[in-house]
Amino acid sequence: MKTVWRNLALFAVAAAGAAAIMDPAFAEEAAKAAVKAPDLVVNKADDGWMMTSSLLVLLMTVPGLALFYGGMVRTKNMLSMLTQVLMIQCIVCVLWFVYGYSLAFTEGSGFTSPFVGGFSRLFMQGIDPKAPAATFSVGVGLDELVYVCFQMTFAAITTALAIGGFAERMKFSAVVLFAILWLTIVYIPIAHSVWFNPGPNDLAVANDAATARSGYGFQMGALDFAGGTVVHINAGIAGMVGALLLGRRIGFGKEAMPPHSLTLTMVGASLLWVGWFGFNAGSALEANASAVLAMANTFVATAAAGVSWLLVEWLFKGKPSLLGLASGVVAGLVAVTPASGYAGPMGALVLGAVAGVVCFFMVTAVKSALGYDDTLDVFGVHAIGGFLGAIGTGIVANPLYGGAGITDYAKCVVKDGIVTSDCPIAAYDMWGQVFIQFKNAMITVCWSAIGSLIVYLIVAAIVGLRVSAETEREGLDIAEHGERAYNM
Amino acid sequence: MKMVMAIIKPFKLDEVRQALDEAGIEGMTVSEVKGYGRQKGHKEVYRGAEYEVSFVPKLKIEAVVPTESVAKVIEAISTAGKTGQIGDGKIFVTPVEQSVRIRTGETDADAL
Repeated sequence: MKTVWRNLALFAVAAAGAAAIMDPAFAEEAAKAAVKAPDLVVNKADDGWMMTSSLLVLLMTVPGLALFYGGMVRTKNMLSMLTQVLMIQCIVCVLWFVYGYSLAFTEGSGFTSPFVGGFSRLFMQGIDPKAPAATFSVGVGLDELVYVCFQMTFAAITTALAIGGFAERMKFSAVVLFAILWLTIVYIPIAHSVWFNPGPNDLAVANDAATARSGYGFQMGALDFAGGTVVHINAGIAGMVGALLLGRRIGFGKEAMPPHSLTLTMVGASLLWVGWFGFNAGSALEANASAVLAMANTFVATAAAGVSWLLVEWLFKGKPSLLGLASGVVAGLVAVTPASGYAGPMGALVLGAVAGVVCFFMVTAVKSALGYDDTLDVFGVHAIGGFLGAIGTGIVANPLYGGAGITDYAKCVVKDGIVTSDCPIAAYDMWGQVFIQFKNAMITVCWSAIGSLIVYLIVAAIVGLRVSAETEREGLDIAEHGERAYNM
Repeated sequence: MKMVMAIIKPFKLDEVRQALDEAGIEGMTVSEVKGYGRQKGHKEVYRGAEYEVSFVPKLKIEAVVPTESVAKVIEAISTAGKTGQIGDGKIFVTPVEQSVRIRTGETDADAL
């Protein structure tokens, strides 16, 4: 009997071997194993563009977002808004260089590796100009410190966006502690999950192995060009959880709480739009056609959303308002963010136009029906716009609708045993991709909701979340900062 | 002596001042005020949040004039301050007992 089993086993091995030799896919894999990736070469134009992009994203936060938000709060809370945004930018910047970048954008180990990186760049150790960071093209590198700076500005604006949900009522000490904890517990894991991968060189040479070392969302095949999930859903949900946990502002729904300066809000929204070119086109990580496409999309989707919000507002509320137009512009920017490098310009136009209408109904009809006090509509604009954009990316990325599709690094052309940057576009399964997009968005919603809740509870236990009723009435500027925004 | 107090639309100030000047009135006090009458307020909408603004910005003009000038002054203000739209404002006249010019100590009509 034993010999029979042994013969059978031998036969099976032989059959499998024969099948493998005849199977072209297996042969291709075997051939691939022999090919090598080219050295990463840094291009001065790419470095220059990424340095510029990092500054553009900084411009979005300070003063862009600070003024956009500041203009919408009441005079007595103007400085609290400006101080909080600038302070978050500073805190996140420090933490990012110390440990944030390392945890988000290096390879992790063990079972946590799909969500957290390792310590190889802790305190910026191991950064070597001779070993550049990867981009999206085989053989193209980027000086790693500019990638650190660029990603830092993303972490900072995401954290700053979230505070719009609980503006005008949170303690400054609570905001500071929130920024530290939220960056660490919520932002870093989502950024690692969606964006971290070993780079096109590794993906082209050994696709499966390299994919397995990537973040969870990346492994799943989720598309998020510049942060629909990582930035906007993440911040929007965090802001909403904060708004619900802190409760409404005193007098909400009874007293008039009009924006104190729509002039500054318009200035802020415009700076956001300008800075967003660093955010979206910069996310191509190279000064190439992908960046140009993202730039075009960031123009057209934003404009379409501004127009669509204004038109529905005019139709349903009777008057075309500046705040509506500015909100539409921001909603369009949010929605096109995940799609910016994948959509074609007409896909982006439609995506923007839809976002303007959907976000308008969220902040007018749905918000007043549910009665929550999300002060600056970070949920209605960023979470909803980001969700719409994340799902919509699955549709507009379709090459059939003029989208750019997904690069298939596993099939890059090999020349003389070295992989080239000539990589084809993969066959596109639209509804399959939409489902992946949905899954990735839902993971972000859940992670952000639960993670943010934990962060708020820790903050509440240590310093408390909300200012006293007296402070809230007097305004945070005088009570918390001892200054007044306008001495006239 | 009478005190003529008029509430007018802010953008009518220059016309009213000129008309009073032509009517021989030598001085006045103007303050920015808010209030409502038949015009009521107006509605402001910010991202769907609607606020009733019940107090509309107006200007209040106060001028103390000799009793015999009162009719002329009322005529000047009503003509210059009129747009025909709701919210043009109102004029009130009250008696004044005394007046003193601080610099010279002149009193009553001499002090106007």
